[in-house]
Amino acid sequence: MSNYIVSSNLAISDSGFLFYPATGESFTLNQIGIFILNKLREGKDENAVIQSLVDEYDVDKNTAERDFTDFIYQLKQNNLVQES
Amino acid sequence: MDKKRYERPVIIKQYSGLMNKFGSSPVTKPMTEIDGIPIRRMVDEYGSPLFVFSEKKIRENYRKMYRLFKTRYPKVQFSWSYKTNYMNAVCSVFHQEGALAEVVSGYEYDRARRLGVEGRNIIFNGPDKNTASLERAIKESAKIHIDHFDELFEIIELTEKMNADVDVAIRVNMDTGIYPKWDRFGFNYENGEAMDAIKRIIKNPRLHLTGLHTHIGTYIMSADPYRVAASKLVNLANEIYKQYNIVLDYIDMGGGIPSNNTLKGQYLQAEQILPSLEDFADAITSPMFDLEMPHDELPTLYLENGRSLIDDAGYLISSVIANKRLSDGKRAVIIDAGVNYLFTSHWFNHKIVPGQQSGEFTENSAVYGPLCMNIDCLRENIVIPSFKKGDLVVILYVGAYSVTQWMQFITLRPNVIMVMEDGETELIRENENIEYINSLEKVPEILKNFSL
Repeated sequence: MSNYIVSSNLAISDSGFLFYPATGESFTLNQIGIFILNKLREGKDENAVIQSLVDEYDVDKNTAERDFTDFIYQLKQNNLVQES
Repeated sequence: MDKKRYERPVIIKQYSGLMNKFGSSPVTKPMTEIDGIPIRRMVDEYGSPLFVFSEKKIRENYRKMYRLFKTRYPKVQFSWSYKTNYMNAVCSVFHQEGALAEVVSGYEYDRARRLGVEGRNIIFNGPDKNTASLERAIKESAKIHIDHFDELFEIIELTEKMNADVDVAIRVNMDTGIYPKWDRFGFNYENGEAMDAIKRIIKNPRLHLTGLHTHIGTYIMSADPYRVAASKLVNLANEIYKQYNIVLDYIDMGGGIPSNNTLKGQYLQAEQILPSLEDFADAITSPMFDLEMPHDELPTLYLENGRSLIDDAGYLISSVIANKRLSDGKRAVIIDAGVNYLFTSHWFNHKIVPGQQSGEFTENSAVYGPLCMNIDCLRENIVIPSFKKGDLVVILYVGAYSVTQWMQFITLRPNVIMVMEDGETELIRENENIEYINSLEKVPEILKNFSL
């Protein structure tokens, strides 16, 4: 199962504003997006993040896995994570 | 323990320095019901995709438009443009409201007759009226609007053969200052062709000129061309009155008034830039007061509005099949209704809204239909919230030309229902099945056996 390294120095506010000092780019995330990104920053692997989504949110495992895959794709597109 | 509400995770890059001068990004309000009926319930009962027409909205549109003209000119008659939507139930609503039938082929003529519209209440337009349908129209005293000289001479021959008289009008094309100039239908005003046709009709004892007709184009985004067109027809009518002492029964200004659908390549939303219906009514009716015949003999103003009366009374409910990411990271949503049902999406950016409450985060997306064809794209770019598989979307302003131009291609056409004024839903066209499609086909005997 994949592990992801989140780019360093990301500033994320509770309301979902993300600033990436290395490029000067900023982003907005919704609450689930913040949740996932924070779990990844804690060093959780894909399985662990999906499990914590299922534990805390009203979502089944398949949906969580599908959405996680899509979200990781977006993070990669924006150079915010890379696979370890 | 109750779990927290879930929505798809989203991250959106912010761009500075490229602010939209017209303010914040559009907020997409979900549409969860049509005339008080939940769309989920309709889909459960009739399947997805599903065309829905609102009886209430059709009647409201008709009455509003009729009032706008009737309060500006004393004698007004609407006729329903069949090609815009000739579903029997839809036509019946318009006929109940008092509209005549405006048809452009023998097939449409037959539809109107089978619905119970008498020939004298049918306006027969169009460049292709075959001999059989002309004979029928003459016999049934329909209002024939002649499109070209070949048709005029055929009608003359037929009236001699049938020993019948016939009321006719001519379609007139003209320069109204717009592009494209629709000069392929009817007789031209500026070069004198229209007056020439009029003279030939008047000198024929079996033909009686009862009206003049024009239709200057479609989705006309300015009211002024109508003023020009009405003035030119009024000039012709005055000329006919002065030269031949003939008072026409009617002046038919056609249709072409736009709906609130936004054209592709149009920067602003249609509702922000189109003139109001009042402007169109003013432009069309004002020149009518230059008619020189006695006021108690004024011709009736005919209108053949189609799109402007039905577009916003039609909805297409569709289900999300899948979400995808394109190679550049852009989101794509695949839904179960495509260009096969919405031919109109080739030139309109149809408005698409979620069919259920959704998250506040929106993302620029492409919306594709279900066909395995690259052309099946309903919107190349639309800012919409995220969807789950099975979520519903509602496509707006699809009442005009959708259910007449739709194709049976790759898949079958869906149910069409009408939400009635009393709150009930009625099936007005059943979905197709393979037996129905195959019943029209024949396989030569020699091709029937094969082994693979």
